[in-house]
Amino acid sequence: MRRSAFLLLLAALAVGLVLALAVGPYPLTLADVWHAAARALGAEAGAPTSGEIVFGRVRLPRVCAGMLVGAALAGAGATYQTLFRNPLVSPDILGVAAGAGLGAVAGILMSLPVAGIQALAFAGGLVTVALVYLIAAALRGHDHTLVLVLGGVVVGALAGACISLVKILADPYDQLPAITFWLLGSLAGVKLADLAVAAPLVVAGLVPLVLYRWRIGVLSLGDDEARALGVDVVRLRGGVIAAATLMTASVVAISGVIGWVGLMIPHIARMLVGPNFARLLPAAMLLGASFMLIVDTVARSIARVETPLGILTAVLGAPFFLWLLARGRKTWG
Amino acid sequence: MHRQLLRCSIALAVVGLLSSGLAAREIADATGRRVTVPDSVARGMAAGPTAAVVLYVLAPEKMVGWPSAPRPNEREFLLPAARDLPEFGRLTGRGDTANVEVVLKAHPDLIFDFGSVSPTFASLASRVQEQTGIPYLLIDGRLDRTPGSIRQLGEALGVSSRAEAIARYVEDTEQLIDARLKDVPAAARRRVYLAREPNGLETGLTGSINTEIIERAGGVNVAERGSARGGIANVSIEQVLAWAPDTIITWDPHFFESYASDPVWAAVPAVRAKRVFLAPRLPFGWIDAPPSINRVIGLRWIAGLLYPDKFPEDIRAAARDFIKLFYQADVTDQQLDRILAGAQPGGRGR
Repeated sequence: MRRSAFLLLLAALAVGLVLALAVGPYPLTLADVWHAAARALGAEAGAPTSGEIVFGRVRLPRVCAGMLVGAALAGAGATYQTLFRNPLVSPDILGVAAGAGLGAVAGILMSLPVAGIQALAFAGGLVTVALVYLIAAALRGHDHTLVLVLGGVVVGALAGACISLVKILADPYDQLPAITFWLLGSLAGVKLADLAVAAPLVVAGLVPLVLYRWRIGVLSLGDDEARALGVDVVRLRGGVIAAATLMTASVVAISGVIGWVGLMIPHIARMLVGPNFARLLPAAMLLGASFMLIVDTVARSIARVETPLGILTAVLGAPFFLWLLARGRKTWG
Repeated sequence: MHRQLLRCSIALAVVGLLSSGLAAREIADATGRRVTVPDSVARGMAAGPTAAVVLYVLAPEKMVGWPSAPRPNEREFLLPAARDLPEFGRLTGRGDTANVEVVLKAHPDLIFDFGSVSPTFASLASRVQEQTGIPYLLIDGRLDRTPGSIRQLGEALGVSSRAEAIARYVEDTEQLIDARLKDVPAAARRRVYLAREPNGLETGLTGSINTEIIERAGGVNVAERGSARGGIANVSIEQVLAWAPDTIITWDPHFFESYASDPVWAAVPAVRAKRVFLAPRLPFGWIDAPPSINRVIGLRWIAGLLYPDKFPEDIRAAARDFIKLFYQADVTDQQLDRILAGAQPGGRGR
């Protein structure tokens, strides 16, 4: 059953990949793909054709970015949900999206180039979560998890207020639309160079999660039980938060804020493979990658202009998620 | 009976006295609201940035402040008396940054906005007018209505002859463009993409206020609106390649500096043909920001870029005349170089 679930997920990803590569506003032929591949291997000389450029430098990076973003958000969501033993937790719980949003919006306000906006978004996400963690560490004598979540809510609300302030200060003709689009997420402008920075960071966050997958699973039993089994709860939790935050902040910096994926995909993955973190993490990441591929293909195909991903993930995701819930299988615990 | 007659005549006399004492007239604004405006307006107030440009052009001496103060690089082109006026914020009736008490303290005789005349804005204007007791006119800011709107406003502000000169200039510019472009067939029209943002992937759809100038100057905006409402949209570079524009006009200095080193943009026909231009934004934007009468020079500039054989005249001379007439400033050659950096064919500016 579980093996077949993984085969199903892999097949879905493969189908999504081919579909995403094939569909888009610029019509591509197999020859374009062939030439782009030959050039990558150094077997092609001369000036590249437009179709080849679209395939190699536009569609392929975008499809890779979609998989990376979907996998990272869903993986981080699964991690946080396990860590906090709460199915309503998403990667934004500790304020990473709000912080990244504030960083990016500040970058837009200062008219920074794209790389500067991305760097500020990344830094904003990390700093916000670090702040939340420090607040929680400073408030001893309370339930650590509860203080973390409340700290995330408070700092996230503060960041949200600052974003609103920046919107008032921004140039209404120039910067305000850019801010709105950024806060709704898009993969339209992603380049290979962005991926080359973001992908290693995501992997760097993922490696500890994979290495410590069993201990993270033990955390879901509750702090006392985990301690009884010899796990250093506080240190492990700190490390896991850092890893999941790194994954989230890296992708949010290149894609903007994309909601829903980190909340919904881990649920669906749990329905497929159960709550065991060692299986949940890869299932959620595979599913997240497929889902984002499909959503992004829709985003660039339904109109000539880009539809923000945050809108599509909610419009496509919410009804599907409700339908799954209505089927009424008890899936938590 | 006699007493009643007496009362009536006294009432009539009082009304007559009052109306002659206040010396006011009634003006119908673009939404059909009838607004009573004092005969002599000494202090005018612009409700938003578009109106501020119009007010500055028509009657800088009557300004009481700016919705947003001129930026440092704009100040050198503006009259000293006007550029140092205080900042009030926007005043439209909802989501304002202007404080009504501060506005009242400035004692304007007339408030006006220049732009959208939708029922929402009309009702918001009425609310502000009821609240403050200051007449509030809504003037149609659409490009094709501009000459009429300017004349109407000139009358309200008591600067009719100045308004006439400005309105004439707008009409002459539009007639010049129509006359010279009338025999350019649809197939020979330039296909233009407006690139906004540092990545160049934000644009205005056809019919949007952001690309209005490009379309009016004879360019075909490649970003067709389709079923969507005209406005700002994000697009993918794939879509730009599929549109294959032969001219790109950008709004963003970062994009203007970076596109040439990007191999994907290099595949766009406009980039290959070295037809990417940076829209001037001094002293106010030439194609947008704010979408007001500052854009009139943008018409001449874009028409010249797109159809150089139809417009052989030097844009520098036209820009100099425009800035002199509209902003009452004499620009030096160095200032013109700065204004037009990146805006002319041959050489990429900086």
